[in-house]
Amino acid sequence: MPTRLLLGNEALAQGALDAGLSAAYAYPGTPSTEITEYILRSHEVRRGDVVASWTANEKTALEAALGASYAGVRAMASMKHVGLNVAADPFVNSAIAGANGGLIIVVADDPSMHSSQNEQDSRFYLDLSLMPCIEPADQQEAYDAPAYAFELSERLRIPIMIRLTTRLSHSRGTITTGEARHQNPFSLPDDPRRYILLPLIARQSYARLVERQPDFIRESEASPFNQWIDGPDRSLGILATGIAAGYVLDVTDGACQHPILKIGQYPIPNTLLERLATSCDRILVVEEGFPYVESKLRGAPARTTPAIHGRLTGHLPRIGELTPQAVADALDLGSLPTPAASSTPAPRPPALCPGCPHADTCHALTEVLGARPEGGVVFSDIGCYTLGALPPYNAIDTCVEMGASITMAKGAAAAGLHPAIALIGDSTFTHSGMTGLIDCVNEEANVTIVIVDNLTIAMTGGQPSSAENRLATICAGLGVVRDHVRVIEPHPRNHEANVAVLREEIDYAGPSVIIAQRECIQTARRRARKTSVEGEESE
Amino acid sequence: MIRNIILAGVGGQGLLALAAVIGEAARSLDLDVKQAEVHGMAQRGGVVQSHLRYADRPLRSNLVRRGTADLILALEPMEALRYLPYLSPGGAVVSSAAPLVNIPGYPDESAVLEEIGRLPAHRIVDAVGLAKEAGAVQAANMVMLGAGSPHLDLPASALTGAIESFFTDKGPVVIETNLKAFRLGKAASGTS
Repeated sequence: MPTRLLLGNEALAQGALDAGLSAAYAYPGTPSTEITEYILRSHEVRRGDVVASWTANEKTALEAALGASYAGVRAMASMKHVGLNVAADPFVNSAIAGANGGLIIVVADDPSMHSSQNEQDSRFYLDLSLMPCIEPADQQEAYDAPAYAFELSERLRIPIMIRLTTRLSHSRGTITTGEARHQNPFSLPDDPRRYILLPLIARQSYARLVERQPDFIRESEASPFNQWIDGPDRSLGILATGIAAGYVLDVTDGACQHPILKIGQYPIPNTLLERLATSCDRILVVEEGFPYVESKLRGAPARTTPAIHGRLTGHLPRIGELTPQAVADALDLGSLPTPAASSTPAPRPPALCPGCPHADTCHALTEVLGARPEGGVVFSDIGCYTLGALPPYNAIDTCVEMGASITMAKGAAAAGLHPAIALIGDSTFTHSGMTGLIDCVNEEANVTIVIVDNLTIAMTGGQPSSAENRLATICAGLGVVRDHVRVIEPHPRNHEANVAVLREEIDYAGPSVIIAQRECIQTARRRARKTSVEGEESE
Repeated sequence: MIRNIILAGVGGQGLLALAAVIGEAARSLDLDVKQAEVHGMAQRGGVVQSHLRYADRPLRSNLVRRGTADLILALEPMEALRYLPYLSPGGAVVSSAAPLVNIPGYPDESAVLEEIGRLPAHRIVDAVGLAKEAGAVQAANMVMLGAGSPHLDLPASALTGAIESFFTDKGPVVIETNLKAFRLGKAASGTS
């Protein structure tokens, strides 16, 4: 069989395409971005057979996928773990409304916070929603998961979560692909009233969802994603979820003496768990993420026979992603000899690119605020410009979550802070900033909002921004006084003029917006290169 | 046969292309391959590393365990030193000689090279100079591929085939530059 070398994200995307996907929606976010990038590059999209699109945010992505599923086709929404917070409302309620065409919601968690502000574990949303979930253990399972999950979704009439983590999303592995399946025809649900979540209908649907949980557990018990790997030495049993199972097999060289229960489908398969718990003296729970299964198995008060060990007991680190060595330590396999660590390397943190327009905006802001005796606070947001927190800029004071810059500035201004500045990117503004701006207008908040508009979603690799060249119109349309929607070009040659505009708008007692617009240096360079290649070809 | 490799460098040096070429070469020989890479925020001029593994049997972990790397292949000398605890006692460090100084507090450059020189199995290569000789400074990653190739346990034909397929969209000139960079790096490794 021919093999392909794909990222976990790409394997999942190829698996979805081969499983008859018709619609894919997503907002980019590390480590989930390459799923939709891959689908957008596919023949299926270029031929027009599959609809795929970047959306304004994760909530609109999931809702569009839910609508496609309503119309009978197989649909997928993808996001990073914190994106699921944004999409939590449709996520939880779609479990009650259900699926018609297969609906999968792919969530990529980021343990160790490589590119995120937290390492929350999306499996906790399964308890909120009562939705089943597949957690692939490797790239082949990432490829196999969509076909399985679409079928399960259509059979159980419920959306299915697929949980990935950074190390699988961003690792390549060899996979073999299967037969491609036809897409579903358009077909409306035969029981459409279940999509009306009026309390009198929702109560019945929710009760039915609760009643069906034993069926979902039976699905898990029989799932190929859950596997019992026997071992003769029952002094220890190992429960490993998702890619954690790979670490156990790796450090034991494929010859583990203890039984291993590999879990890749939820709800948790109770019978398999019970088999492990009753046949072993001690259980080690190895999970990439929070101690989700571990805390359930442990119970409260904690069960002592068998003893449950894992992240909660210090046998594995409580936080951060797993490593082969951490798993080896938990299995008492010890360390291998290695050269001593070197103390020479200095930290090399990420930084704004040379020539980045955000650097010019940061310089202008620090000059303006540095000259004011009362200082002022720059509430910032999620994007490349968050790197303005680091030297040499030291230009921003906060970064909490998508859109928080504008609304935190508003709250602080109302509490007496001046100047209260919000610094937010173009795409973050359309993702979650516009609603906050309406609040600012309605409350006549004394805030100065700087939208750093680099005409792209830069941090995740340059996806198109939702409202390119429409930001001034949007801000005026939301009610900002037209004279106080200013557009500047952040560039060293305009520094003095930009400082003056910032001063004027800070002194204006009301909501004002300054759009600092200059294209991302990376996308500009890429476009220039493309243009020159095309020029050479046409010559 | 199993090979565990740490690729080390800085965002923008072409480390992921280097990883992709070696991974594809191993895949073309029907070996199992796992290759972990870094995306997102970390790529903005910061540290970039990749764990690359291939074997003639199924691999289970995307990451290299400490003490098992056969090779640290580095596009930047300070980055070569960052991952020493991954190296097995018999493992080699092959590094580009050219420091990339984009931070304050970069250590003394000659001390960095001397520290690599004290390791039992090491080679320092003028990757930038050889890449210029090949025709493009961006090809320093393929010079390092050549320089590291004696430790890869893969036939040169698989590596050159993977270079050709990786750069196929960029045209014959780019392919030839990268093949030349590979050959110059291989010559600098003391093998031919």
